[in-house]
Amino acid sequence: MHISEGLLSPPILVTGAVLCLCGTAYGLKKMDAAEVPTTGILTAAFFVASLIHVPIGPASIHLLLIGLIGLLLGWSCFPAMLVALFLQALFFQYGGLTVLGVNTVNMALPALLVYFLFSPLIRHKHYRVNTLGGFLAGSLAILGSGVLTSLSLALSGEPFVRAAQFILLAHLPLMFIEGFITAVVISFIKKVRPEILHRSSATELGLE
Amino acid sequence: MTVIKETFSEGSSLLHRTDPRLKLVSAFLLACVTAVLTTIPGALSSLIGALCLLFLSGLLLLQVLKRLLLVNAFIGMMWLFLPFTTPGNPLFSQFGLILTREGIELALLVTLKSNAILLFMITLISTTPTVTLGQALDALHVPEKLNFLLLISYRYLEVIFQEYNRLAIAARVRGFVPGTSPRTYRTYGYLLAMVLVNSFDRAQRVYQAMLLRGFQGRFYALHEFHISFTDWVIAVFMITLAILIFLADKLLPVFYTA
Repeated sequence: MHISEGLLSPPILVTGAVLCLCGTAYGLKKMDAAEVPTTGILTAAFFVASLIHVPIGPASIHLLLIGLIGLLLGWSCFPAMLVALFLQALFFQYGGLTVLGVNTVNMALPALLVYFLFSPLIRHKHYRVNTLGGFLAGSLAILGSGVLTSLSLALSGEPFVRAAQFILLAHLPLMFIEGFITAVVISFIKKVRPEILHRSSATELGLE
Repeated sequence: MTVIKETFSEGSSLLHRTDPRLKLVSAFLLACVTAVLTTIPGALSSLIGALCLLFLSGLLLLQVLKRLLLVNAFIGMMWLFLPFTTPGNPLFSQFGLILTREGIELALLVTLKSNAILLFMITLISTTPTVTLGQALDALHVPEKLNFLLLISYRYLEVIFQEYNRLAIAARVRGFVPGTSPRTYRTYGYLLAMVLVNSFDRAQRVYQAMLLRGFQGRFYALHEFHISFTDWVIAVFMITLAILIFLADKLLPVFYTA
């Protein structure tokens, strides 16, 4: 979920911007010139994915696929998220300029974490382990993002704490859906085009 | 069907013609000043400034209002919480909920600030076509790789959206009706996975085609920006506006409380 402009306190905004700058700078440094077009086109794909509304009961939610972005892009998820969020702010005014850093960190940091935690499961030769890894990555990334989003809100002032708790709760149903969909996507890619998954793990973990 | 309608970038108003580098820097400055405001008079003057820019941009008021309404959902949610969770003078209490004056003021402050920043973004950034924005970012020394990433993502948004649509239509033709079921989520999963696989393949082809044409890791912009006299006037105006907003936030509350 994007935090709107005008809510967060200056220290939170600055912290977010600084973390975002560091993550992006490192991500860009690790990104090979040859990887840029692939990262860019995958970023566009994730932007499109975020426009898909999936029904849940009477309502619908849109997908974020944070975990999947992490698994596919590794450290590149920082620049990719920054670009995607900037484009969303530009076209739809979702999120914004001063909260760009915070929103990027809230999504890219969990993505990076699940990349480090679950990449080994994704690379495992057993199909069931891959699917489990996909589910865990997808759902825990959403949980992480929910925690960070509500934390940035709660730390901005006492009155925001209740709203922050509500936002965290709202992430829970999304957790299961994202986990499920990420697991499906991972097992599909693993069968159809495994090199997409091995690309990032091989070059960025320094294996092979 | 298109994903991105850059409605706000079309026009020939004063702000549409202003140097995009200047607009980017001004938007950033004004957004930052507004984000740190702490008083309602300050936030109100920022909103008034933003409305002046809206007037200068010549954008259709109705269109902008519609957009603002849409993105105020998050702020709307805050109105459900803030008036009751802020300690202060109780105005009204029922069912164990206490509505405070401070709470309403905080919600109002947040709403004013948020909308002022949104208007700065619409009038100063969204009035530039994305490709020009990329060139402006390049001129402002944003890292080449990041800028390239931005431009290539933008370039392929539409292509990938069409691809997704093609698959979604194919699913519909085969009788897929989305609902709350594992089957729906699995179908979306396969759909997305296919979009990703296609995107990945496309990326390989695009990169090979780029290499073939002598790609060396950057986009060259043939366009050069020139700052005109009007741009200087606008620059002075923006800086004055930022200072006025800042001063209003510090000075006006004295009269307000007295």
